[in-house]
Amino acid sequence: MSSWAFFCTVIRRDLFLAWQQRGDLLVGLVFFVLVACLFPLAIGPEAKLLSRIGPGVLWVAAILANLLALPRLFQADWQDGTLEQLLLAPAPASMMVAGKIVAHWLTTGVPLTLIAPLLGVQYGLSSDLLLMLMATLFIGTPVLSALGSIGAALTLGVRQGDMLLALLVLPLYAPVLIFGSGAVAAVAGGLNGYAELSLLAAIACGSLFLAPWLAAMAIKLAVE
Amino acid sequence: MKPHADGPRWLNIFHFASPYQFYPLAGRLIPLFATLAVLLAIAGLWLGFAIAPADAQQGEGYRIIFLHVPTSWMAMLIYVAMAFWSVMHLILRTRLSAMMAQALAPTGALMAFLSLFTGALWGKPMWGTWWVWDARLTSMLLLFFLYLGFIALTRSIDEPDRADKAGSVLAIVGVFNVPVIYFSVKWWNTLHQGASISIEKGSTMASTMLIGMLLMSLAAWMYSITTTLSRVRNLILQREARTRWVQELLAISANKA
Repeated sequence: MSSWAFFCTVIRRDLFLAWQQRGDLLVGLVFFVLVACLFPLAIGPEAKLLSRIGPGVLWVAAILANLLALPRLFQADWQDGTLEQLLLAPAPASMMVAGKIVAHWLTTGVPLTLIAPLLGVQYGLSSDLLLMLMATLFIGTPVLSALGSIGAALTLGVRQGDMLLALLVLPLYAPVLIFGSGAVAAVAGGLNGYAELSLLAAIACGSLFLAPWLAAMAIKLAVE
Repeated sequence: MKPHADGPRWLNIFHFASPYQFYPLAGRLIPLFATLAVLLAIAGLWLGFAIAPADAQQGEGYRIIFLHVPTSWMAMLIYVAMAFWSVMHLILRTRLSAMMAQALAPTGALMAFLSLFTGALWGKPMWGTWWVWDARLTSMLLLFFLYLGFIALTRSIDEPDRADKAGSVLAIVGVFNVPVIYFSVKWWNTLHQGASISIEKGSTMASTMLIGMLLMSLAAWMYSITTTLSRVRNLILQREARTRWVQELLAISANKA
Protein backbone atom coordinates (compact mmCIF):
# COMPACT_ATOMS: atom_id res chain seq x y z
CA MET A 1 0.00 0.00 0.00
CA SER A 2 1.44 3.34 -0.94
CA SER A 3 1.84 6.04 1.71
CA TRP A 4 -0.85 8.14 0.08
CA ALA A 5 -3.39 5.32 0.06
CA PHE A 6 -2.55 4.56 3.68
CA PHE A 7 -3.03 8.25 4.56
CA CYS A 8 -6.45 8.29 2.92
CA THR A 9 -7.47 5.01 4.53
CA VAL A 10 -6.61 6.34 8.00
CA ILE A 11 -8.67 9.46 7.37
CA ARG A 12 -11.63 7.43 6.10
CA ARG A 13 -11.46 5.04 9.03
CA ASP A 14 -11.22 7.81 11.65
CA LEU A 15 -14.07 9.75 10.07
CA PHE A 16 -16.20 6.61 10.01
CA LEU A 17 -15.44 5.93 13.68
CA ALA A 18 -16.18 9.56 14.56
CA TRP A 19 -19.52 9.29 12.78
CA GLN A 20 -20.36 6.20 14.82
CA GLN A 21 -19.68 8.21 17.99
CA ARG A 22 -21.22 11.45 16.74
CA GLY A 23 -22.48 12.28 20.23
CA ASP A 24 -18.85 12.93 21.23
CA LEU A 25 -18.44 15.47 18.46
CA LEU A 26 -21.55 17.27 19.63
CA VAL A 27 -20.14 17.49 23.16
CA GLY A 28 -17.16 19.49 21.88
CA LEU A 29 -19.41 21.89 19.98
CA VAL A 30 -21.77 22.35 22.91
CA PHE A 31 -18.75 23.02 25.13
CA PHE A 32 -17.56 25.69 22.68
CA VAL A 33 -20.97 27.39 22.72
CA LEU A 34 -21.27 27.15 26.50
CA VAL A 35 -17.88 28.74 27.18
CA ALA A 36 -18.74 31.55 24.77
CA CYS A 37 -22.09 32.06 26.54
CA LEU A 38 -20.57 32.26 30.01
CA PHE A 39 -18.51 35.37 29.28
CA PRO A 40 -21.41 37.82 28.77
CA LEU A 41 -22.91 36.47 32.00
CA ALA A 42 -19.67 37.09 33.86
CA ILE A 43 -18.70 40.52 32.57
CA GLY A 44 -22.08 42.02 31.71
CA PRO A 45 -23.94 42.38 28.41
CA GLU A 46 -22.64 45.77 27.32
CA ALA A 47 -22.63 45.64 23.52
CA LYS A 48 -19.48 47.69 22.94
CA LEU A 49 -17.42 45.65 25.38
CA LEU A 50 -18.71 42.36 23.97
CA SER A 51 -17.82 43.23 20.39
CA ARG A 52 -14.33 44.15 21.57
CA ILE A 53 -13.63 40.94 23.49
CA GLY A 54 -15.63 38.68 21.15
CA PRO A 55 -12.79 37.49 18.88
CA GLY A 56 -10.52 36.68 21.82
CA VAL A 57 -13.21 34.88 23.75
CA LEU A 58 -14.18 32.78 20.73
CA TRP A 59 -10.55 31.90 20.07
CA VAL A 60 -9.96 30.83 23.67
CA ALA A 61 -13.18 28.81 23.61
CA ALA A 62 -12.06 27.13 20.38
CA ILE A 63 -8.72 26.23 21.95
CA LEU A 64 -10.40 24.76 25.04
CA ALA A 65 -12.84 22.77 22.92
CA ASN A 66 -9.92 21.46 20.88
CA LEU A 67 -8.03 20.53 24.06
CA LEU A 68 -11.09 18.63 25.27
CA ALA A 69 -11.10 16.56 22.07
CA LEU A 70 -7.36 15.85 21.98
CA PRO A 71 -7.23 12.68 24.11
CA ARG A 72 -9.62 11.12 21.60
CA LEU A 73 -6.91 11.36 18.95
CA PHE A 74 -4.97 8.24 19.98
CA GLN A 75 -6.43 7.03 23.29
CA ALA A 76 -9.02 4.51 22.07
CA ASP A 77 -6.75 3.09 19.38
CA TRP A 78 -3.95 2.75 21.87
CA GLN A 79 -6.13 0.96 24.42
CA ASP A 80 -7.50 -1.68 22.04
CA GLY A 81 -4.17 -2.26 20.29
CA THR A 82 -5.17 -0.77 16.94
CA LEU A 83 -2.34 1.75 17.16
CA GLU A 84 0.20 -1.07 17.24
CA GLN A 85 -1.38 -2.63 14.17
CA LEU A 86 -1.29 0.70 12.36
CA LEU A 87 2.41 1.06 13.17
CA LEU A 88 3.04 -2.37 11.63
CA ALA A 89 1.59 -1.26 8.30
CA PRO A 90 4.20 -1.00 5.54
CA ALA A 91 3.99 2.80 5.42
CA PRO A 92 5.65 5.54 7.47
CA ALA A 93 4.11 6.09 10.90
CA SER A 94 4.15 9.82 10.27
CA MET A 95 1.63 9.29 7.42
CA MET A 96 -0.67 7.54 9.86
CA VAL A 97 -0.34 10.44 12.30
CA ALA A 98 -0.92 12.96 9.51
CA GLY A 99 -4.11 11.11 8.55
CA LYS A 100 -5.30 11.17 12.14
CA ILE A 101 -4.54 14.90 12.41
CA VAL A 102 -6.57 15.62 9.27
CA ALA A 103 -9.48 13.52 10.51
CA HIS A 104 -9.31 15.22 13.91
CA TRP A 105 -9.34 18.63 12.25
CA LEU A 106 -12.30 17.69 10.06
CA THR A 107 -14.26 16.55 13.11
CA THR A 108 -13.33 19.37 15.53
CA GLY A 109 -11.76 22.36 13.77
CA VAL A 110 -14.15 22.56 10.82
CA PRO A 111 -17.37 22.36 12.90
CA LEU A 112 -15.97 25.03 15.24
CA THR A 113 -15.16 27.26 12.29
CA LEU A 114 -18.65 26.81 10.87
CA ILE A 115 -20.47 27.55 14.10
CA ALA A 116 -18.23 30.49 15.12
CA PRO A 117 -20.09 33.14 13.01
CA LEU A 118 -23.30 32.31 14.87
CA LEU A 119 -21.63 33.14 18.20
CA GLY A 120 -19.86 36.09 16.58
CA VAL A 121 -23.23 37.60 15.70
CA GLN A 122 -24.30 37.23 19.32
CA TYR A 123 -21.20 39.17 20.30
CA GLY A 124 -22.14 41.88 17.80
CA LEU A 125 -19.24 41.40 15.38
CA SER A 126 -19.64 43.03 11.97
CA SER A 127 -19.58 40.94 8.80
CA ASP A 128 -15.94 41.64 7.83
CA LEU A 129 -14.89 40.68 11.37
CA LEU A 130 -16.88 37.47 11.10
CA LEU A 131 -15.20 36.67 7.82
CA MET A 132 -11.75 37.24 9.29
CA LEU A 133 -12.66 35.21 12.37
CA MET A 134 -13.66 32.30 10.16
CA ALA A 135 -10.49 32.64 8.09
CA THR A 136 -8.23 32.61 11.17
CA LEU A 137 -10.07 29.64 12.67
CA PHE A 138 -9.88 27.82 9.34
CA ILE A 139 -6.09 28.29 9.19
CA GLY A 140 -5.45 28.11 12.92
CA THR A 141 -7.38 25.00 13.97
CA PRO A 142 -5.19 22.62 11.89
CA VAL A 143 -2.22 23.95 13.90
CA LEU A 144 -4.07 23.15 17.12
CA SER A 145 -4.68 19.59 15.93
CA ALA A 146 -1.08 19.18 14.74
CA LEU A 147 0.65 20.53 17.86
CA GLY A 148 -1.93 18.79 20.02
CA SER A 149 -1.11 15.46 18.40
CA ILE A 150 2.44 15.70 19.80
CA GLY A 151 1.09 16.35 23.30
CA ALA A 152 -1.54 13.61 23.00
CA ALA A 153 1.08 11.11 21.86
CA LEU A 154 3.51 12.05 24.64
CA THR A 155 0.88 11.63 27.36
CA LEU A 156 -0.55 8.30 26.15
CA GLY A 157 -1.00 6.11 29.21
CA VAL A 158 0.82 8.54 31.48
CA ARG A 159 -0.41 9.17 35.02
CA GLN A 160 -2.85 12.13 35.02
CA GLY A 161 -2.31 12.31 31.29
CA ASP A 162 -5.18 14.68 30.56
CA MET A 163 -4.04 17.27 33.08
CA LEU A 164 -0.49 17.00 31.81
CA LEU A 165 -1.72 17.38 28.25
CA ALA A 166 -3.13 20.81 29.08
CA LEU A 167 0.13 21.90 30.69
CA LEU A 168 2.18 20.74 27.69
CA VAL A 169 -0.03 21.96 24.90
CA LEU A 170 -1.45 25.30 26.04
CA PRO A 171 1.91 27.16 26.05
CA LEU A 172 2.53 25.85 22.54
CA TYR A 173 -0.89 27.14 21.42
CA ALA A 174 -0.07 30.69 22.51
CA PRO A 175 1.34 31.97 19.15
CA VAL A 176 -1.73 30.66 17.30
CA LEU A 177 -3.99 32.46 19.75
CA ILE A 178 -1.96 35.68 19.49
CA PHE A 179 -1.98 35.84 15.71
CA GLY A 180 -5.48 34.41 15.32
CA SER A 181 -7.22 36.90 17.56
CA GLY A 182 -4.69 39.59 16.50
CA ALA A 183 -5.82 39.36 12.87
CA VAL A 184 -9.44 39.91 13.87
CA ALA A 185 -8.45 42.78 16.17
CA ALA A 186 -6.48 44.33 13.31
CA VAL A 187 -9.59 44.29 11.09
CA ALA A 188 -11.55 45.84 13.94
CA GLY A 189 -8.90 48.56 14.15
CA GLY A 190 -9.24 49.41 10.46
CA LEU A 191 -6.28 47.43 9.06
CA ASN A 192 -6.58 44.46 6.75
CA GLY A 193 -4.99 41.91 9.14
CA TYR A 194 -3.15 40.10 6.34
CA ALA A 195 0.18 40.28 8.21
CA GLU A 196 -1.15 38.24 11.14
CA LEU A 197 -2.96 35.91 8.78
CA SER A 198 0.25 35.25 6.83
CA LEU A 199 2.15 34.53 10.04
CA LEU A 200 -0.61 32.15 11.07
CA ALA A 201 -0.36 30.41 7.71
CA ALA A 202 3.42 30.16 8.13
CA ILE A 203 2.98 28.56 11.55
CA ALA A 204 0.45 26.18 10.00
CA CYS A 205 2.91 25.12 7.28
CA GLY A 206 5.73 24.59 9.76
CA SER A 207 3.74 22.68 12.33
CA LEU A 208 1.90 20.51 9.79
CA PHE A 209 5.27 19.60 8.33
CA LEU A 210 7.04 18.75 11.60
CA ALA A 211 4.28 17.58 13.95
CA PRO A 212 3.40 14.22 12.32
CA TRP A 213 7.03 13.19 12.44
CA LEU A 214 7.54 14.14 16.10
CA ALA A 215 4.17 12.69 17.15
CA ALA A 216 5.00 9.43 15.39
CA MET A 217 8.22 9.26 17.39
CA ALA A 218 6.25 9.81 20.60
CA ILE A 219 3.67 7.15 19.67
CA LYS A 220 6.35 4.54 19.15
CA LEU A 221 7.51 5.24 22.70
CA ALA A 222 4.03 4.61 24.07
CA VAL A 223 3.57 1.39 22.12
CA GLU A 224 6.97 -0.15 22.81
CA MET B 1 29.14 5.24 16.00
CA LYS B 2 31.48 3.43 18.32
CA PRO B 3 34.11 5.05 20.52
CA HIS B 4 37.63 4.34 19.35
CA ALA B 5 39.69 2.26 21.68
CA ASP B 6 42.99 3.80 20.59
CA GLY B 7 44.06 7.42 20.68
CA PRO B 8 44.28 9.75 23.65
CA ARG B 9 41.38 9.55 26.05
CA TRP B 10 40.62 13.25 26.15
CA LEU B 11 40.16 13.38 22.38
CA ASN B 12 37.35 10.89 22.49
CA ILE B 13 34.14 12.75 23.28
CA PHE B 14 32.29 9.50 23.76
CA HIS B 15 34.54 8.48 26.60
CA PHE B 16 32.61 10.62 29.07
CA ALA B 17 29.25 9.76 27.53
CA SER B 18 29.15 6.72 29.77
CA PRO B 19 27.63 7.49 33.18
CA TYR B 20 30.32 5.35 34.80
CA GLN B 21 33.07 7.60 33.45
CA PHE B 22 31.14 10.83 33.88
CA TYR B 23 30.18 10.38 37.52
CA PRO B 24 33.70 10.89 38.98
CA LEU B 25 34.49 13.64 36.44
CA ALA B 26 31.39 15.57 37.52
CA GLY B 27 32.37 15.02 41.13
CA ARG B 28 35.76 16.62 40.49
CA LEU B 29 34.30 19.54 38.50
CA ILE B 30 31.57 20.54 40.97
CA PRO B 31 33.85 22.16 43.63
CA LEU B 32 35.67 24.07 40.88
CA PHE B 33 32.50 25.56 39.38
CA ALA B 34 30.96 26.18 42.80
CA THR B 35 34.02 28.19 43.90
CA LEU B 36 33.99 30.16 40.66
CA ALA B 37 30.28 30.88 41.10
CA VAL B 38 30.78 32.25 44.60
CA LEU B 39 33.82 34.37 43.66
CA LEU B 40 32.17 35.81 40.56
CA ALA B 41 28.97 36.53 42.46
CA ILE B 42 30.88 38.37 45.19
CA ALA B 43 32.81 40.43 42.63
CA GLY B 44 29.68 41.12 40.57
CA LEU B 45 27.54 42.10 43.55
CA TRP B 46 30.28 44.33 44.94
CA LEU B 47 30.72 46.06 41.58
CA GLY B 48 26.99 46.31 41.03
CA PHE B 49 25.83 47.47 44.43
CA ALA B 50 28.83 49.40 45.78
CA ILE B 51 30.81 50.76 42.83
CA ALA B 52 28.45 51.29 39.88
CA PRO B 53 26.90 54.78 39.71
CA ALA B 54 23.19 55.40 40.09
CA ASP B 55 21.30 55.44 36.81
CA ALA B 56 20.48 58.82 35.28
CA GLN B 57 16.79 58.02 34.82
CA GLN B 58 16.05 55.23 37.25
CA GLY B 59 18.19 56.18 40.26
CA GLU B 60 19.11 53.32 42.57
CA GLY B 61 16.18 51.15 41.62
CA TYR B 62 17.85 49.94 38.46
CA ARG B 63 20.32 47.85 40.47
CA ILE B 64 18.03 44.84 40.34
CA ILE B 65 19.25 44.56 36.76
CA PHE B 66 22.25 42.70 38.17
CA LEU B 67 19.89 39.85 39.07
CA HIS B 68 17.21 40.34 36.45
CA VAL B 69 19.26 40.27 33.26
CA PRO B 70 21.51 37.30 34.16
CA THR B 71 18.54 35.17 35.24
CA SER B 72 16.61 36.06 32.08
CA TRP B 73 19.56 35.15 29.90
CA MET B 74 20.08 31.89 31.74
CA ALA B 75 16.39 30.97 31.50
CA MET B 76 16.54 31.20 27.70
CA LEU B 77 20.01 29.70 27.38
CA ILE B 78 19.24 26.70 29.57
CA TYR B 79 16.24 25.84 27.40
CA VAL B 80 18.45 25.95 24.31
CA ALA B 81 20.98 23.74 26.11
CA MET B 82 18.17 21.34 27.02
CA ALA B 83 17.07 21.20 23.39
CA PHE B 84 20.70 20.63 22.34
CA TRP B 85 21.10 17.65 24.70
CA SER B 86 17.69 16.36 23.56
CA VAL B 87 18.80 16.40 19.93
CA MET B 88 22.01 14.65 20.98
CA HIS B 89 19.95 12.04 22.81
CA LEU B 90 17.69 11.36 19.86
CA ILE B 91 20.55 11.22 17.33
CA LEU B 92 23.40 9.56 19.24
CA ARG B 93 21.19 7.65 21.70
CA THR B 94 23.46 8.47 24.61
CA ARG B 95 21.62 8.13 27.91
CA LEU B 96 23.72 10.77 29.58
CA SER B 97 22.47 13.47 27.17
CA ALA B 98 18.88 12.92 28.28
CA MET B 99 19.99 13.00 31.92
CA MET B 100 21.72 16.33 31.23
CA ALA B 101 18.50 17.73 29.77
CA GLN B 102 16.52 16.57 32.78
CA ALA B 103 19.10 17.93 35.20
CA LEU B 104 19.02 21.33 33.49
CA ALA B 105 15.23 21.72 33.69
CA PRO B 106 14.79 22.59 37.40
CA THR B 107 17.56 25.19 37.25
CA GLY B 108 15.98 26.64 34.12
CA ALA B 109 12.59 26.81 35.80
CA LEU B 110 14.18 28.55 38.78
CA MET B 111 15.88 31.07 36.51
CA ALA B 112 12.66 31.80 34.61
CA PHE B 113 10.85 32.26 37.91
CA LEU B 114 13.55 34.59 39.26
CA SER B 115 13.50 36.55 36.03
CA LEU B 116 9.74 37.08 36.35
CA PHE B 117 9.99 37.82 40.05
CA THR B 118 12.83 40.36 39.85
CA GLY B 119 11.11 41.85 36.81
CA ALA B 120 7.97 42.40 38.87
CA LEU B 121 10.01 43.99 41.66
CA TRP B 122 11.64 46.26 39.10
CA GLY B 123 8.40 47.04 37.29
CA LYS B 124 6.53 48.26 40.34
CA PRO B 125 8.65 51.37 41.05
CA MET B 126 9.54 52.08 37.38
CA TRP B 127 6.28 51.39 35.53
CA GLY B 128 3.94 51.57 38.53
CA THR B 129 2.69 48.02 38.01
CA TRP B 130 3.79 44.51 38.98
CA TRP B 131 2.77 42.96 35.73
CA VAL B 132 1.71 43.95 32.21
CA TRP B 133 0.56 41.62 29.44
CA ASP B 134 3.55 42.58 27.38
CA ALA B 135 4.92 40.18 24.76
CA ARG B 136 8.24 39.72 26.50
CA LEU B 137 6.79 39.14 29.96
CA THR B 138 4.13 36.80 28.66
CA SER B 139 6.52 34.74 26.58
CA MET B 140 8.85 34.39 29.57
CA LEU B 141 5.88 33.17 31.59
CA LEU B 142 5.17 30.65 28.84
CA LEU B 143 8.81 29.56 28.98
CA PHE B 144 8.34 28.96 32.71
CA PHE B 145 5.32 26.78 31.94
CA LEU B 146 7.28 24.91 29.29
CA TYR B 147 9.88 24.07 31.94
CA LEU B 148 7.14 22.93 34.31
CA GLY B 149 5.58 20.81 31.57
CA PHE B 150 8.93 19.20 30.78
CA ILE B 151 9.57 18.42 34.45
CA ALA B 152 6.03 17.08 34.95
CA LEU B 153 6.21 14.90 31.84
CA THR B 154 9.59 13.34 32.61
CA ARG B 155 8.62 12.78 36.25
CA SER B 156 5.28 11.13 35.49
CA ILE B 157 6.66 8.49 33.12
CA ASP B 158 8.07 5.55 35.03
CA GLU B 159 10.17 3.80 32.38
CA PRO B 160 13.41 5.83 32.16
CA ASP B 161 13.87 5.14 28.47
CA ARG B 162 10.44 6.48 27.52
CA ALA B 163 10.80 9.43 29.91
CA ASP B 164 14.09 10.37 28.23
CA LYS B 165 12.74 10.24 24.71
CA ALA B 166 9.42 11.90 25.53
CA GLY B 167 11.25 14.72 27.29
CA SER B 168 13.57 15.13 24.32
CA VAL B 169 10.69 15.47 21.88
CA LEU B 170 8.99 18.04 24.10
CA ALA B 171 12.18 20.08 24.60
CA ILE B 172 12.68 20.27 20.85
CA VAL B 173 9.10 21.39 20.22
CA GLY B 174 9.31 24.06 22.91
CA VAL B 175 12.61 25.56 21.80
CA PHE B 176 10.80 27.55 19.11
CA ASN B 177 9.55 29.81 21.88
CA VAL B 178 13.06 31.02 22.74
CA PRO B 179 13.72 33.15 19.63
CA VAL B 180 10.26 34.67 20.10
CA ILE B 181 11.26 35.84 23.59
CA TYR B 182 14.65 37.00 22.44
CA PHE B 183 13.34 39.15 19.61
CA SER B 184 10.14 40.25 21.32
CA VAL B 185 11.75 43.47 22.55
CA LYS B 186 12.49 44.39 18.93
CA TRP B 187 9.22 43.20 17.39
CA TRP B 188 6.76 44.59 19.91
CA ASN B 189 7.61 47.94 21.41
CA THR B 190 5.56 48.08 24.56
CA LEU B 191 6.36 48.81 28.17
CA HIS B 192 9.44 46.62 28.45
CA GLN B 193 12.58 48.62 27.66
CA GLY B 194 14.80 47.69 24.74
CA ALA B 195 17.83 45.46 25.10
CA SER B 196 20.71 47.20 26.86
CA ILE B 197 23.35 45.34 24.90
CA SER B 198 23.31 44.54 21.21
CA ILE B 199 25.91 43.08 18.90
CA GLU B 200 25.68 45.83 16.29
CA LYS B 201 25.58 48.88 18.55
CA GLY B 202 27.49 47.63 21.55
CA SER B 203 26.43 48.59 25.02
CA THR B 204 24.49 51.69 25.98
CA MET B 205 25.45 51.42 29.63
CA ALA B 206 28.25 52.72 31.85
CA SER B 207 31.19 50.34 31.77
CA THR B 208 31.11 49.46 35.49
CA MET B 209 27.44 48.55 35.15
CA LEU B 210 28.21 46.43 32.13
CA ILE B 211 31.12 44.64 33.80
CA GLY B 212 29.06 44.04 36.93
CA MET B 213 26.28 42.56 34.85
CA LEU B 214 28.64 40.35 32.90
CA LEU B 215 30.25 39.12 36.12
CA MET B 216 26.83 38.29 37.52
CA SER B 217 25.96 36.48 34.29
CA LEU B 218 29.13 34.41 34.54
CA ALA B 219 28.24 33.65 38.16
CA ALA B 220 24.81 32.51 37.00
CA TRP B 221 26.49 30.26 34.41
CA MET B 222 28.77 28.73 37.00
CA TYR B 223 25.89 28.27 39.43
CA SER B 224 23.80 26.56 36.76
CA ILE B 225 26.67 24.26 35.79
CA THR B 226 27.23 23.34 39.43
CA THR B 227 23.61 22.49 40.15
CA THR B 228 23.22 20.64 36.86
CA LEU B 229 26.28 18.50 37.44
CA SER B 230 25.25 17.57 40.95
CA ARG B 231 21.74 16.75 39.74
CA VAL B 232 23.18 14.60 36.97
CA ARG B 233 25.18 12.71 39.59
CA ASN B 234 21.98 12.00 41.51
CA LEU B 235 20.22 10.88 38.35
CA ILE B 236 23.11 8.57 37.48
CA LEU B 237 23.00 6.99 40.93
CA GLN B 238 19.23 6.51 40.66
CA ARG B 239 19.33 5.02 37.19
CA GLU B 240 22.39 2.85 37.71
CA ALA B 241 21.48 1.78 41.24
CA ARG B 242 21.61 -1.88 40.27
CA THR B 243 24.96 -1.84 38.52
CA ARG B 244 28.02 -3.18 40.21
CA TRP B 245 30.02 0.05 40.31
CA VAL B 246 27.24 1.94 42.11
CA GLN B 247 26.86 -0.89 44.60
CA GLU B 248 30.60 -0.81 45.24
CA LEU B 249 30.57 2.98 45.56
CA LEU B 250 27.76 2.81 48.10
CA ALA B 251 29.57 0.09 50.01
CA ILE B 252 32.70 2.26 50.18
CA SER B 253 30.81 5.33 51.40
CA ALA B 254 28.92 3.19 53.92
CA ASN B 255 32.23 1.91 55.30
CA LYS B 256 33.57 5.43 55.62
CA ALA B 257 30.57 6.62 57.59
